Amino acid sequence: MFSNPETQRLVFGRLTLDALPLDQPIVVGTFVVVAILGLALVGALTYYRVWPYLWREWFTSVDHKRIGVMYCVLAIVMLLRGFADAIMMRSQQAIAFGGSEGYLPPHHYDQIFTAHGVIMIFFMAMPFVTGLMNFVVPLQIGARDVAFPFLNNFSFWMTVCGAVLVMISLFVGEFARTGWLAYPPLSELDYSPDVGVDYYIWSLQIAGVGTLLSGVNLIATIVKMRAPGMSLMKMPVFCWTSLCTNILIVAAFPVLTGTLVLLSLDRYVGTNFFTNGFGGSPMMYWNLIWIWGHPEVYILILPAFGVFSEVTSTFCGKPLFGYTSMVYATVVITLLSYLVWLHHFFTMGSGASVNSFFGITTMIISIPTGAKIFNWLFTMYRGRIRFEVPMLWTVGFMITFVIGGMTGVLLAVPPADFVLHNSLFLVAHFHNVIIGGVLFGMMAGVYYWFPKAFGFKLDPFWGKMSFWFWFTGFYFAFMPLYVLGLMGVTRRVNHFDDSSLQVWFVTAAFGALLIAIGIFSSIMQIVVGFLHRDRLRDLTGDPWHGRTLEWSTSSPPPEYNFAFTPVIHELDAWSDMKSRGYARPVEGFRPIHMPKNTAAGLILALFAGICGFGLIWHIWWMAAFGFAALIVTAIGHTFNYRRDFYIPAEHVIRTESERSQLLATQV
Amino acid sequence: MRTVSPNKSRSRQRHSRPGGALRAFLRLFALLPLFGLLAGCKLVVLDPAGDVAMQQRDIVILSTALMLIIVVPVLLLTVVFAWWYRDSNIDAVYDPEFHHSTQLEVVIWSAPLVIIVALGLLTWISTHLLDPFRPLGRVNGAEQVAVADTKPLRVQVVALDWKWLFIYPDQGIGTVNELAVPVNVPVTFELTSSDVMNSFFVPAMAGQIYTMPGMQTKLHAVLNRPGEYTGMSSQYSGSGFSDMYFTTHGLSGADFEQWVGKVKADGTALGRTEYLNLAQPSEREPVHHYKSVDPGLFAAVLDMCVEDSKTCKSDMMHGGGRRVSQNGRPAHLPWAERGKAAPNAYASALGSGVIDTGSAICTASNATGVSVARAAEPTQRVN
Repeated sequence: MFSNPETQRLVFGRLTLDALPLDQPIVVGTFVVVAILGLALVGALTYYRVWPYLWREWFTSVDHKRIGVMYCVLAIVMLLRGFADAIMMRSQQAIAFGGSEGYLPPHHYDQIFTAHGVIMIFFMAMPFVTGLMNFVVPLQIGARDVAFPFLNNFSFWMTVCGAVLVMISLFVGEFARTGWLAYPPLSELDYSPDVGVDYYIWSLQIAGVGTLLSGVNLIATIVKMRAPGMSLMKMPVFCWTSLCTNILIVAAFPVLTGTLVLLSLDRYVGTNFFTNGFGGSPMMYWNLIWIWGHPEVYILILPAFGVFSEVTSTFCGKPLFGYTSMVYATVVITLLSYLVWLHHFFTMGSGASVNSFFGITTMIISIPTGAKIFNWLFTMYRGRIRFEVPMLWTVGFMITFVIGGMTGVLLAVPPADFVLHNSLFLVAHFHNVIIGGVLFGMMAGVYYWFPKAFGFKLDPFWGKMSFWFWFTGFYFAFMPLYVLGLMGVTRRVNHFDDSSLQVWFVTAAFGALLIAIGIFSSIMQIVVGFLHRDRLRDLTGDPWHGRTLEWSTSSPPPEYNFAFTPVIHELDAWSDMKSRGYARPVEGFRPIHMPKNTAAGLILALFAGICGFGLIWHIWWMAAFGFAALIVTAIGHTFNYRRDFYIPAEHVIRTESERSQLLATQV
Repeated sequence: MRTVSPNKSRSRQRHSRPGGALRAFLRLFALLPLFGLLAGCKLVVLDPAGDVAMQQRDIVILSTALMLIIVVPVLLLTVVFAWWYRDSNIDAVYDPEFHHSTQLEVVIWSAPLVIIVALGLLTWISTHLLDPFRPLGRVNGAEQVAVADTKPLRVQVVALDWKWLFIYPDQGIGTVNELAVPVNVPVTFELTSSDVMNSFFVPAMAGQIYTMPGMQTKLHAVLNRPGEYTGMSSQYSGSGFSDMYFTTHGLSGADFEQWVGKVKADGTALGRTEYLNLAQPSEREPVHHYKSVDPGLFAAVLDMCVEDSKTCKSDMMHGGGRRVSQNGRPAHLPWAERGKAAPNAYASALGSGVIDTGSAICTASNATGVSVARAAEPTQRVN
């Protein structure tokens, strides 16, 4: 571009035309498809003039329900990206045998398994969990919004910004080739001089800000904004698991941030925190990253446990068995999750006593987790189980998760871990608990709360298709990996010599295909549900005979959630209200104080993204501009005094009387 | 759509898909033909050829059996409860108030506890007995061999990008991507890595151990069955990782001596220069034999100062942290410039008077503090 390389570097940093992967047909093809679909989407939105609506009602919204839904949309989009990576890995490993190199050279393949892990954990599972908590928690505790509505919007856009950076890395430059935790020394400048690790660092740092702030937000919401009468031990289990998850987020994510700061100092400034020589210790990074990483696992699974608790008790028509022990089990898991991180690297050469300690603490976690399984089991006992789709996911979870838990405890025994670590057995184990636990939980949660969010149920046929294909697909995809692990096959391998392994990889690829049909069905359940929304409409607000407060409002709830803050006397508040012949108040409505929408969160995240892109490519003026603009906008926003408004009483009266009329037709 | 309260819903046609869990369970049986394949494949982790791996296999099986005591009833109860308490089963008891039972609570907390106590005990004992740093107490399951009776074979292992260097200090030979050990003789591996982490793993012989730059790990193992086994790096280490395999030969005593003779006959010499060439990143490296190996090489690799220009790691702190290369950056070389001539950081720094020549580096045997490998490097145990 510029004849003088100095000027070129000043303006574009490391970014040159060579950064565009034009030599890789797969990436170019992907880009073309994404570009066409993206343009079609933008065109359609423009043609139907949806942008103003999206901007006004969604992008700038501080309504926790809208933000929760947007988080879930982000999660589903990123699920598709992460699954595309998975399909590519499975097909590569299914064909790369006996001299064949497959179709993915290591340079590309190594990026794919890194991106798959990063995307599935940070940009699929995390937004899914955060989205559900955002949507459900305020409704379950009888609040009108979260404690800090603007912060909520800002958190969401920061998460999106991180996801966008990861997506950009697909077409501009490359992603990390280090594995999803970017262990040094491999991730240090000496061995990964390219932009991949920098994309990794800055996308996680930016999204991490969002995650941390949303954790603070939800803790404040749960601690301070519960309806009168709802003591902690009368709180729904999902709120308990959300509380514990957010405590874990607030305590663990700063460790990730700090660790990545040290790694970026190594890469940008030339410090030696994790380098090989000069006093650096790569082992320190491994410890730090897993001190965040293991609680992260429970950050993901605890809300899923919460979903299963709500679903089981609703569809069995019974209160949850052993509520108190369920709560204590959750708290114990929260505490213990900080005492087990070293089990991720028993083979690093710690002493036998250290290894035993971390192995045994890991096993101890299986006691409260086992208690939870028994609690769901005895909730089903003497229940009357309606096998709606969320209940199918729950029973599927119980069967699958028990197997995954067992292999997990097996891996916690150090001598067993020495022969199974880094093998496909390990890969099978964590997919067993993350798919069988977190993903099944999120799918159950989406189906369960969808009518609350949109006013109509999802299509049950495609819902069941989705479950059965995911469920069988999981077993076909991952049971072979257990076997391969026992055959001594290790992870992240690009091609194999031993052709006797091929049948197992082909079976696993077949399983991935079944899961693809499952994902297709999951999307179809939304599409068909939307087309049949009149037939599937939920007019009562309580389509499943629910037990908790969110089912006491209309579906979808009014923007203020509750015209009057409910007063709580019992656990399962809505169930209790129904049994006592609760009558909806129909008069005495007053204006409702609500937070006002703002674009500040989106703009701040945009500047954060510009700053991150500049840092990744060493375009220093851009990074400085992004950072300065970020600070100025943040300060500027503090002078925005138009933060709230009152919903007039007439508006509330109109909304509530419309609902009264609707309910009258339902009796 | 009108929904019927579950309390009233007794009709069989309303929920047309009861017993999802049972179907779920039955689908598992669809996998059974796959398990028939197990007979045809070699589960090396469950059928290893070395005593250590056999004991680890036993731990895998015993732990699994212990856990199945809980897991099997849970799986069965899940299916049975899901089936029996389905909405459409008129015979099933429905007790909407049953949500607490102290007796049941005691059982559901204490039954896993008992299993975990047993498993924890097993873990504590087996982790200590099978600690890879612990010299072997026996050579195979049948006979107890006093350590004094059998002199262990020493093998020094260096993980390079992307191949394995094996040094036999007592035999004075070395190999690349080929490991041979006599059967029924304990082997002591001393392992390190040239730059990034790898994991040394011969599943048929023993569990894995990481190899890390500037640090030494140890693995005590033995092979009991003669044969050829696959060894690999199991810790991802970069683009050539997928071909970082080596063959492990389990040989009888005589065959091993013959193999050593063969290496000595057809091999070349491995000095520091040859090592630095070898350490250049390469993929699918063929087997090399070395008839002789610089006796200080492994210690120098461990101390990260095979190049003359590099300050040994063990001296690094003694200079008060002020020993730097000419450009102000610490004197380690970027990936791309590996092996190119670099200025002698220590000498140039000394010339400029930057160095605090602390007493610790100026020993009688090592007057300059650089480029002299300490043969008697004490074993560095990590963590």
